Amino acid sequence: MSSGLITKLNPARLFRPTFSHGVHPEENKHFTSGKPIERHAFPPELNLLLSQNAGKPSVPIVHAGQEVVRGEPIARADGFMSVPLHAPATGVIKRIDLVPTAKGPRKPAIILKVYPGESQEILYGAPRDVDSMSPGEIIQAIQDAGLVGLGGAAFPTHVKLSPPPEHKVDTILINGCECEPYLTTDHRIMIEQADDLVRGTQIIMRAMGAERAIIGTEDNKPDAARTLSRALPADGSISVKMVRTKYPQGAEKMLAKALVNREIPSGNYPSSVGMGVFNVATTSQIGALIPWRRGVIERVVTVTGAGIEKRGNFLVPIGTPLRFILERLGYKGSAKYLIMGGPMMGDTVASLDVPITKGCGGIVVFRPEDLQQRNGEGELPCISCGKCVDACPMHLNPCQLGKLARKGRYLEMDEYHLFDCFECGCCHYVCPSGIPLVQYFRISKLMNRELKAAGK
Amino acid sequence: MPSEPSHIELRTSPHMRDTANVAMIMRNVVYALLPVCAYSVYQFGVSALALLVVCTIVCVGTEQLFCALSGKQSTTGDWSAVITGLLLALTLPPAFPLWMAAVAAFFGLAVGKLFFGGIGYNVMNPALVGRAFAQAAFTVPMTTWTPAMAPGRFTEFIPSTLTRPFMTPAPVNEWLGRVAADGFTGATPLALMKFEQVSTDAVQLLTGSVMGSAGETSALLIFLCGLYLIFRKMMNWRITFSILLSAYLLSGLFYLINPDVYPDPMFTILAGGLMLGAVFMATDMVASPETNRGIWIYGALIGVLTVIIRLFGGLNEGVMYAILLGNAASPLITRISQPRIHGATRKETTAS
Repeated sequence: MSSGLITKLNPARLFRPTFSHGVHPEENKHFTSGKPIERHAFPPELNLLLSQNAGKPSVPIVHAGQEVVRGEPIARADGFMSVPLHAPATGVIKRIDLVPTAKGPRKPAIILKVYPGESQEILYGAPRDVDSMSPGEIIQAIQDAGLVGLGGAAFPTHVKLSPPPEHKVDTILINGCECEPYLTTDHRIMIEQADDLVRGTQIIMRAMGAERAIIGTEDNKPDAARTLSRALPADGSISVKMVRTKYPQGAEKMLAKALVNREIPSGNYPSSVGMGVFNVATTSQIGALIPWRRGVIERVVTVTGAGIEKRGNFLVPIGTPLRFILERLGYKGSAKYLIMGGPMMGDTVASLDVPITKGCGGIVVFRPEDLQQRNGEGELPCISCGKCVDACPMHLNPCQLGKLARKGRYLEMDEYHLFDCFECGCCHYVCPSGIPLVQYFRISKLMNRELKAAGK
Repeated sequence: MPSEPSHIELRTSPHMRDTANVAMIMRNVVYALLPVCAYSVYQFGVSALALLVVCTIVCVGTEQLFCALSGKQSTTGDWSAVITGLLLALTLPPAFPLWMAAVAAFFGLAVGKLFFGGIGYNVMNPALVGRAFAQAAFTVPMTTWTPAMAPGRFTEFIPSTLTRPFMTPAPVNEWLGRVAADGFTGATPLALMKFEQVSTDAVQLLTGSVMGSAGETSALLIFLCGLYLIFRKMMNWRITFSILLSAYLLSGLFYLINPDVYPDPMFTILAGGLMLGAVFMATDMVASPETNRGIWIYGALIGVLTVIIRLFGGLNEGVMYAILLGNAASPLITRISQPRIHGATRKETTAS
């Protein structure tokens, strides 16, 4: 609270770059921002979803009963829009089975029984000289490492590194904004893994042929900016820039606007305006894994919210079930909502058996009283106040879209750019009538696609 | 081992919410109106108080009745009916008979708001619908003005206030003879301006020691109350600003052409109901456009219409009709003033 207030009162922030619109939810990062990353214990069993990422699921290359070493590949990429999967612990493959996911449906996963008492110190991999690798070899190595966007979208990193040939990339943006309230994963990574982060940035620059990179962070993390500045290479190719703290500053379109004043055209990738945008957690993993031929086997997760007793930042093996983490950190009795991701865009889960995936940077546990739900009020009619129009970072008209969605006029919503909505939640956040606009838009997108498919 | 949550529940993102809700916004508008109400009671005494009370009770009662009739949960808790009642009372002449005020309040809320489906669905500001109804149905009482600061105003009703239902109001001439200074004409500053080309001092208009509706006399107080709402981000300042600016510019133009016939622009924005209209009436969220681009057009339209009606229409006051027309036009304005989306390409901008 107090740190947030100091940030707000600091006149320097008025001169920091930003984007127009957006909202200022209570940050609540102070609960965990000062806590160093701590290694979390290995659970008895890991549920390794084959589909960790946007794109195609991986294909298992192991069979039940097979012993695997920590870091060994256990599933291969299925084509270009796919990445392999590595064993996060030394143990034995139990079976391949369906497990619950954060989005709801049960999906196939490799169940790995971790050897009890195993020190987990042996790690698969071998050093290599990154500097002698060609851009193509680097991109292949990044796919082999199973890297996807660790900021939440889980889009395969090597695909982002391979823009269409007509797009010339000159600038790399490293996204350390972490605009989601409560989460401090990226914050800790910037402080504790600054060298890996800089190394990763250089590897990305090489792979894309870009001359400069800018690491952007919100001005509520001045300590991260200071630490990073000290780790930068002397040649000046990488710089650190603070942007104003505002949600959703961490969306790539908003960050591009704030840092280099470029607008990514509707429906296009950042490469169309000469940029590549990568999250700090992803970049740091590139710096840590690529020189060692290793794969993603664990990630930093902020476990926070008033419903949890021991809040903090933890290095958690991929596939660890939520139940194992929460039982060790302690729930409070009335905790009712388990959010994977941040409180603005994350999903609540229906089962404690949902495992940590590569895209999950936070677990936020809320009690009903933490939601600011304005009890029993429900959804009131839209009063056309225009607050959502003023909040939408994409400059859409959520008010009009919401009215069309309510009437089921899904196809007309194209006129109002429905598919430019990236579901950041600003409109629902400000709505004084409590209209669940984002949920309307999710449904509308599905219906719109279905109606179009049916019409053809 | 710590206990597991008894049951976990699903909900959709976002899981955090801003604290301002409809009832809170409306309640703050009521707070902002209270000083204006208090000042009108100070100026016009118990008659103004009775008007405020009757209009508010009738508005809230009407909403309650309609909710009960349509089997809906009562919506009076959102405070919007209270705003309508207070605003209507503030636009009526202080001597307006209470039964007529009650009819106007009922009409405004029932026809202006509830027939359309209640809050959020009204096309026009319900208080102004009520006032427009009163203007048409009760023309003489709607143009009978009484002086502010009359002696004995806190102990004695103006005779016409207590007219029995469906009766013609008692003439106020005898009462005026007792309370008013010599030479009292019963004309508002706007009427003086229109029919006799007599301007009123800006200081008098700011402080409100002039003739007028119960709540439209002190421009300064209304403006300050509006600032509170702007500060709380519960009102779009662009509406007020664009109305005042466009009215100022247009009347300034006429003043430059012929200062003998046309009022000076300061007089235009301070006299009559323009300040009350620009701060509290035109800013009705439901009946104004959603987009900021649209708001500028809407405000300019209201400002221009007000000046044109005042200068060239048969009436000496045009704020009410200007706002009602602005309300009617606002869906259209919204339609043509959609925001330019982030990353819009040229093709898309022209297509929409």
